[in-house]
Amino acid sequence: MSEPGVPERWQDPFAILGILTSAKTIAIVGLSPNELRASHFVGFYLRRHGYRIVPVNPREKTILGETSYASLSEIPFPIDVVDVFRAPDAVPEIAREAVRAGAKALWCQYNVISPEGGAIAEQGGLRVVMDRCMKVEHARHLGRMHWLGFNTGRISARR
Amino acid sequence: MRERPAKDFGFDTRAIHAGQRPDPYTGARAVPIFQTTSYVFEDPDSAAAYFNLQEYGNTYSRIMNPTVAVFEERVANLERAAGGVAFASGLAAQAAALFTMLVPGDHIVSSAALYGGSITQLKHLQRKLGLEITFIDPDDLDLWRASLRPNTKLLYGETIGNPGGNVLDIAGVAAIAHEHGAALMIDSTFATPYLCRPIEWGADIVTHSATKFIGGHGTSIGGVAVEAGTFNWSNGRFPVVADPSPAYHGLAFHETFGVYGYLMKLRAESLRDLGAAMSPFNAFLFLLGLETLPLRMARHVENASEIATWLERQDGVTNVRYPGLASSRYRALASKYLPLGAGSIFSFDLPGGRAAGRRFIESLDLWSHLANVGDAKSLVIHPASTTHRQLSDEELTAAGISAGTIRLSVGLESASDLTQDLETGLRSVAQMRAEVTA
Repeated sequence: MSEPGVPERWQDPFAILGILTSAKTIAIVGLSPNELRASHFVGFYLRRHGYRIVPVNPREKTILGETSYASLSEIPFPIDVVDVFRAPDAVPEIAREAVRAGAKALWCQYNVISPEGGAIAEQGGLRVVMDRCMKVEHARHLGRMHWLGFNTGRISARR
Repeated sequence: MRERPAKDFGFDTRAIHAGQRPDPYTGARAVPIFQTTSYVFEDPDSAAAYFNLQEYGNTYSRIMNPTVAVFEERVANLERAAGGVAFASGLAAQAAALFTMLVPGDHIVSSAALYGGSITQLKHLQRKLGLEITFIDPDDLDLWRASLRPNTKLLYGETIGNPGGNVLDIAGVAAIAHEHGAALMIDSTFATPYLCRPIEWGADIVTHSATKFIGGHGTSIGGVAVEAGTFNWSNGRFPVVADPSPAYHGLAFHETFGVYGYLMKLRAESLRDLGAAMSPFNAFLFLLGLETLPLRMARHVENASEIATWLERQDGVTNVRYPGLASSRYRALASKYLPLGAGSIFSFDLPGGRAAGRRFIESLDLWSHLANVGDAKSLVIHPASTTHRQLSDEELTAAGISAGTIRLSVGLESASDLTQDLETGLRSVAQMRAEVTA
């Protein structure tokens, strides 16, 4: 049940699992220093599960103990995924920056829906995930979401 | 890649596999019974992350348990829900689902054709928690709409009403609820997810008494509430779901957890605080039940349809209320919402009121006289003197039954043996009438 403007390939479980298993460095655009905000929950969780988190928030110096950058273009090392917690109209510019930064994937969180931004990233050679939460998808495919009765949709007879 | 992500598996496959993978530590293929109260933390940071809800972790079996979690996910998967929370009984699930979203002064519009225990529970909540509740004839969509008030937060009904067999127009009631910014909760115990999935028709919350068909063998009491994850709890009408929670340092559950906000609240606050947790052993038995749910339900509806059709032809029987019958006023709704069969619980009337009902039940040998439904064994009860005893005559009528109503829960025995036993009962009632007349 994807939102209008979000093609199925941007929510494809194979693509999502591919990104989650290959990514090492994740820039989180709009990461909040407030530990009660959704972005902070996601950043905390992803760091806990071994990813290097790179906060992108011009108002902060450090978040979750990591240096915060004002924009993607200021990050001085390669990043794998750009995870976006911003209003949808900010996504096209973030997508252009993500392409310039050489990221491998653009990931837009729940309700961050921008077909234009997705198209820009895709044309720049990035994988796109949209209207999905990176924490939830990690927990669904690789984590322990099933411990709390959530419907992961996973069916497998493998050990 | 460690595994293939899920494709859309069939219902029967999901009834057997959803929620469980072979235990990674031992390889156990059956669902292990984790009979433990608590769980050793890896380290203090992990413990803190679990209690802060920053990580999915086990802390204490009143709130979560790995065996119970398999059951919760399996029901959620079958119902097409975002997730589920299990409880010690169906009524506990219902009470917790309400507790999670409502505050004193809120108004519920409810079907009057409910399980007697649900009506009693709602009336207690009305009195003790200051809720306003309007019970209505669930068949009339205009009445649902006309009963809405500015403070109406929830519409509530059963997929198949108990024991009148009303089939609810779920999509119609869901549209009325959502236009008003209210949620729709459905008790789908009589249908099970095999026969109907209310979320596919717009319901927001679905509850079950797992005691019935889900367990299927009359061994255990349990319940579960699942939620679709699509309702906007932040629409300004549900402060207890949307506002910062004092119990979690001001965490706003719906804003932070989105799709999973209501479910997190249902578990981390309502189950934690009310404490009616399902035992791991009961979850194990319910999981065994779910594995054969499709097979059993197919046979339940086959037997029920045969017996309802047979009963309709018998002298001394009126009002066979099986929604699957061609004569049923609910036939069209049953075809839409229950295409695989209209369940196996229905009622009929014996002219002669309480005395006839009593004589009938006394004469049966194979049908068990008891207060439950949804067992492999066929069950019979006289609601006016048992399950609906607390209801007045007017309430009985509102629930669609009378003093001479008999309720059947058709089991999995040979249908011919079941009809033979019913025939004995009917003959005995006819004899009683003859004696009275003489």
